[in-house]
Amino acid sequence: MATAATLHAHAPQGFIRKYIFSLDHKVIGIQYFFLALTAVFVGMFLSLLMRIHMVWPTAAIPLIGEIKPETYLSLLTMHGTIMVFFVLTTAPQGGFGNYFLPIQIGAPDMAFPVLNMLSFWTTFVAFMVMLAAFFVTGGAPLHGWTGYPPMSAVQSAGPGEGLGADLWITSIAIFCIASLMGALNFITTTLDLRAKGMTLMRMPLTVWSWFITAILGLLAFGVLLSAGILLLMDRNLGTSFYVPLIVVNGQVLGHKGGSPLLWQHLFWFFGHPEVYIAILPGMGVASQVLSTFSRKPIFGYRAMVYAMLSIGFFGFMVWGHHMFMSGMSPYSAFAFSILTMCIGVPSAIKTFNWLGTMWKGRIRFHTPMLYAIGFVSLFVSGGLSGPFLAQPVLDIQLHDTYFVVGHFHLIMGVAAIFGIFAATYYWFPKMFGRMMNETWGRIHFFITLAGTYAIFMPMHYLGMAGQTRRYSQFTEVAYQTKLLPLQTFMTYAAIITIAAQFIFVINLFWSMFKGPKASDNPWECTTLEWTTTTPPPHDNFGGHTPVVNHGPYEYGVPGAARDYVMQNDPATAPAH
Amino acid sequence: MATYSTTHVDTTQLGRGGRTPDPPVLGGGDDGSNGGVPNYGQRLRRARLGLVVLIAPIVMLFVSLTSAYIVRQGLPTFDSTTNTYVRDWGEVNLPWILLAINTAVLLVSSLTMEGARRGITRQAALAPVRSIPGVSLGDEKAFPWLGITVVLGLGFLLGQWLAWKELANRGFFIATNPNSSFVYLLTGTHAIHLAGGIIALLWAAAASLRRTPVESRRIVIDIAAWYWHFMALLWLYVFALLEFAR
Repeated sequence: MATAATLHAHAPQGFIRKYIFSLDHKVIGIQYFFLALTAVFVGMFLSLLMRIHMVWPTAAIPLIGEIKPETYLSLLTMHGTIMVFFVLTTAPQGGFGNYFLPIQIGAPDMAFPVLNMLSFWTTFVAFMVMLAAFFVTGGAPLHGWTGYPPMSAVQSAGPGEGLGADLWITSIAIFCIASLMGALNFITTTLDLRAKGMTLMRMPLTVWSWFITAILGLLAFGVLLSAGILLLMDRNLGTSFYVPLIVVNGQVLGHKGGSPLLWQHLFWFFGHPEVYIAILPGMGVASQVLSTFSRKPIFGYRAMVYAMLSIGFFGFMVWGHHMFMSGMSPYSAFAFSILTMCIGVPSAIKTFNWLGTMWKGRIRFHTPMLYAIGFVSLFVSGGLSGPFLAQPVLDIQLHDTYFVVGHFHLIMGVAAIFGIFAATYYWFPKMFGRMMNETWGRIHFFITLAGTYAIFMPMHYLGMAGQTRRYSQFTEVAYQTKLLPLQTFMTYAAIITIAAQFIFVINLFWSMFKGPKASDNPWECTTLEWTTTTPPPHDNFGGHTPVVNHGPYEYGVPGAARDYVMQNDPATAPAH
Repeated sequence: MATYSTTHVDTTQLGRGGRTPDPPVLGGGDDGSNGGVPNYGQRLRRARLGLVVLIAPIVMLFVSLTSAYIVRQGLPTFDSTTNTYVRDWGEVNLPWILLAINTAVLLVSSLTMEGARRGITRQAALAPVRSIPGVSLGDEKAFPWLGITVVLGLGFLLGQWLAWKELANRGFFIATNPNSSFVYLLTGTHAIHLAGGIIALLWAAAASLRRTPVESRRIVIDIAAWYWHFMALLWLYVFALLEFAR
């Protein structure tokens, strides 16, 4: 590519071209990473406020004061939205995917560098628009991250449903466009820029996971965009796509005949693949890290690839399991239920392959490995409640309770976050040229693991006991008051876990400047990013393209000089 | 076990999933080591692949709008005056002669776009010959295919705008009934995507003014042309949906 050739021969000079409007996928990846880091702190702070309000509803919080019930709903909405879109979608795919997908396939950059830059800055604009919702009249919207109409479609439905809700929808529409641009780049890059010898079945599982995630995003975000357009029209142009004849505060609104269920179908057709958009990159990272630190080839490479492909495929056919409560036909519910349980099969394949990878391995318990093991643990404990919720009869009982909150936080929230942590500790040396502190990494891991289990496991019991979700406080309801001690315990656990995240942030920034210098391949890995210098040069491989002769996970090779064979090592095999 | 040599590299496994390696001329590949000679064939292939990937979400957008269209069409609404469920889809009196003219304009523009694409493809193919000193291929008078396409594209948008005005004159506004909402929504969404195509064409025209190499311009025009054909097809689909599935 002419532009690429000229671009890479001369790295851009000047702060703005180099660090702000950079075309370099590595800089863009780091920009995405810090955007997500900012977002995760905003989202975490909101969850802290919610947890405090739930158990001490009248507590006066410094600078904020007492949280009103409607403010609780704003916090709930913004916590969910920011975490799902700007953390779980942004960090694993936009951040690490951008940085490492081109290097791992031996490419000098993404296929369309300008588009890549636009995709980041569009995401940035979306984030700013989202945050702006806090500061307009009425504040942030109340309708939850799923934005169900008629609440989300009616301006007069509540204090945050005016301009705040419009900003919320606009932000998501902008985010859709940014994600589509990113997905386009990821897919084209994976298909067209692989180095010689990098066949599809030699790609690291991380690349597979980013590739499949990009396909899911490509097909899902267009649907969310269309749903958002209809919602904006209902809100501002008086159409009736979603809103039926409705009376708000004694006033009959002009809408007629719309269906809130239409939104639910469109939203969840996006929303379920979105769950896999969040978790698939984590699966890729876990596979990569478990294989590396067990010093063993990944167990069942092809099975892992096909499992991810089938998870992605089934992910588009199960959106109805979010809607068992909507009064759908039992026949549809049955079909959605069976298809949902089908996802258990590839998920189990992946879990057993991870365990098989560790089995009898010479495990090195570095921080990335701890997080990868933690990911598997959370994936199992969060995933096992899935088949329960996939039963319509059980779901109708459990749907609006804390059981569901515990389920999705463990599997798509914390498991995906553990994937991000594993990726951060694992790739930090390559990205910033220094090592992170191991001791503090381990302390951070153990507090976070214990803390997240302490927060989210009790939610399952609360749910089974019938504690409703989305309620701003439980102190006024007799039977719910009985469950308050457990809620209080969870709030304390949350405070400790959130405090522990500062260990991570301090470790991150301290290591960036003061950590010991990292070698080119500190973990003794096999994939291409570890063949280049640390940090990689502007064109990734210093003027040449690697030639790939090996699969991605050749660890513990008998007879080899080292216990691993890098992907670009010469194709000669040692004599046996 | 005997020693075996694995220096043999399975060439069917090389590069881009089984594509045989590029000939060593100019280095090949996208490694920046080809002495600054751009590989236009590879760029064209990459851009076309990108376009195919781009079309997927646009298709998904219209698939999802279509499913909303069909679902909304079938929804009964409660009528409190008669205490029964009635269909509230409503009717729209489409200005179909005007829309048929617009369709014709767009289809003709698709043909002129194809003319532009073939013209630039021929020019790009002849460029190496032309660059030989002393070789003249005669002064080919370039027919302004691209300019005509832009004019026709703008004509289509103008026609759509007139159609919206006509709809409003006939008393069908965006919130009149669900049917009219969808008419505006589908035609509007298509118009926005077509406007993107016009911007691509203007970009291509600007590239020719900036004396970009013909091979490079060819890529822009090639991509814009396939996108334009896709827009024509998409319009036929939208028009058919509004006309036959109302």
